[in-house]
Amino acid sequence: MVDIAVKLGSVELKNPIMPASGTFSEDLAGVFDLDLLGAHVTKTVTPEKRIGNPTPRVCEVQGSMLNSIGIPSKGASHFVREIIPVYEIFSPPLIVSISANTIDEFARICEKVSVPGVAAIEVNISCPNIEEDGKAFAMRPSTTLRVMKGLREVTDLPLWAKLTPNTGETPDVARAAESGGADALVVSNTLLSMAIDVKTRRPKLGNLMGGLSGPALKPIALRMAYQCAKAVDIPVIGCGGIATVEDVVEYLIAGASAVQVGTATFTNPMVMPHLIEELRAWLFAEKFQSVNDLIGSVRDDEAADSVVFMEAAP
Amino acid sequence: MEHSLTNATARVPAKSRLKPDTFPIHDVTCTVKSNEQINGEYYLLILSAPSEILDCRPGQFFHLLCPSKGGGNPFFRRPMSIYGYFPASGELHFLYKVVGEGTRAMAQLETGEGLKVLGPLGTGFTIQDGWQNLLVVARGVGLATLTPLAQEALQRGLNLTAICSARSPEMLMSVDRFRELGANVILVTDSEGSSGVENLERMIEAQIAQSGIDAFYTCGSNRLLKLLQRLGAQHGIPGEIALEQQMACGIGMCQCCVRSLRRGGKIIHERVCKEGPVFDLQEAMEW
Repeated sequence: MVDIAVKLGSVELKNPIMPASGTFSEDLAGVFDLDLLGAHVTKTVTPEKRIGNPTPRVCEVQGSMLNSIGIPSKGASHFVREIIPVYEIFSPPLIVSISANTIDEFARICEKVSVPGVAAIEVNISCPNIEEDGKAFAMRPSTTLRVMKGLREVTDLPLWAKLTPNTGETPDVARAAESGGADALVVSNTLLSMAIDVKTRRPKLGNLMGGLSGPALKPIALRMAYQCAKAVDIPVIGCGGIATVEDVVEYLIAGASAVQVGTATFTNPMVMPHLIEELRAWLFAEKFQSVNDLIGSVRDDEAADSVVFMEAAP
Repeated sequence: MEHSLTNATARVPAKSRLKPDTFPIHDVTCTVKSNEQINGEYYLLILSAPSEILDCRPGQFFHLLCPSKGGGNPFFRRPMSIYGYFPASGELHFLYKVVGEGTRAMAQLETGEGLKVLGPLGTGFTIQDGWQNLLVVARGVGLATLTPLAQEALQRGLNLTAICSARSPEMLMSVDRFRELGANVILVTDSEGSSGVENLERMIEAQIAQSGIDAFYTCGSNRLLKLLQRLGAQHGIPGEIALEQQMACGIGMCQCCVRSLRRGGKIIHERVCKEGPVFDLQEAMEW
């Protein structure tokens, strides 16, 4: 029997497959047994109620998608009262994704969701920081450090920082998150993108621009996951364009200790349970005893730091 | 009337909703029995389907994984309302019009090929006990969505009048199906000048005066929505409307298919895939 359990700091997962925030809810329980998953990750919740962006909120591009859902949220109190208890019935660890516009608000919501039943908090720092210049916290090391430090002070739960690809400073941001007290990195969120209908000349998203996700994002997020795994000592969770078992294996080789699957669930809602079985079969066929022997096994011994951490295509 | 799934699910114990003995949503590959153009614009797709996915409600839909055919490569699944479900013969029917990449790919499907369908999904129409006289008003492909409702109403021995509207008589589809089921069918077309709002209003008023109407059902037209909302408010007749919206997941997770509704003096958002696609007529808003 191949061992596919992984440990992300103090959080133990029976397998390394979990959903990406925003692409999962208890509604998926109508399709398969959610106890099969390595963890459950809820949609980002904000301190106050938010209505979300105008429609159309998604559009398809070749083999991938853009979204500008805009984090509709019923607010933190509703979340703690109504949503967290829903997950009591399930065995996988519950990871709660939070976001806010200021460090203070971030700290308040972090404190509020630090309740029994929550195994870790995923910090969605890919959203704009309205106290500074509207740039996402995770675009710069300085703002990443400040927000993570602020959160570290208010909770004892593991903090997973979810990074953005909309930065040229991935390794530095990763180190800043680690210094700020992050227990793991989720790499990464969606990439700012655009699509225009050539007949109407209107942007295809109601919010003009949105985040790219799906197979087109994979090489970018994989590169970031690799760089982050090299830059920090905390676990990295790969996220971006995973749809097949080869994608999962690629992220694990690059150094990710677990992965999140998002967009693929929209077209194939059974994809996560299938990936768990296929990963087990792949490891068995390749004669691995444990998934942990695969993690970070990329053959790059000769590469210099300047190559590993490059921030522009050579 | 009751159709908010938030309320509906609140009545279902968490255990059976979150850990059901059998999963209510199925992702299965069906076999194409036939896929034919039935007039200039519409195709009828007949799938051979396993019985577990045919426990449907009128107004529900399936999320179809359209093939990469005909040069197209649709990424998302496409939501498609059910035209007919027949557990006895193991058939699932869809009536569609080719409008984009997804339906263009669907039109290429040949007999014997597989098509992955996810469902049945969404919250369908309701017929309250005691209702006797139902009125369906719809236009074009919207009639397809209302066909299973007609089937259920007529099976339950209720009276159903269907006002079927189209550009020209050639474009009227589903009409034979409504007649077969035993509905009282009234045809109106643009080319004959009979589909105008004033004419429809006269017809509906006459129906109300003659036999009374217990509920209105419609789908997909702003003009019909406004007319039925006005008549419904005037005469105290409840109604339901099936709405459309672009979807990604189809099962309630992604929040992309929301529509604005008027409820309790406020504008709220609900998911077309989950709380809908059928909503209260008076709560629906023009789009």
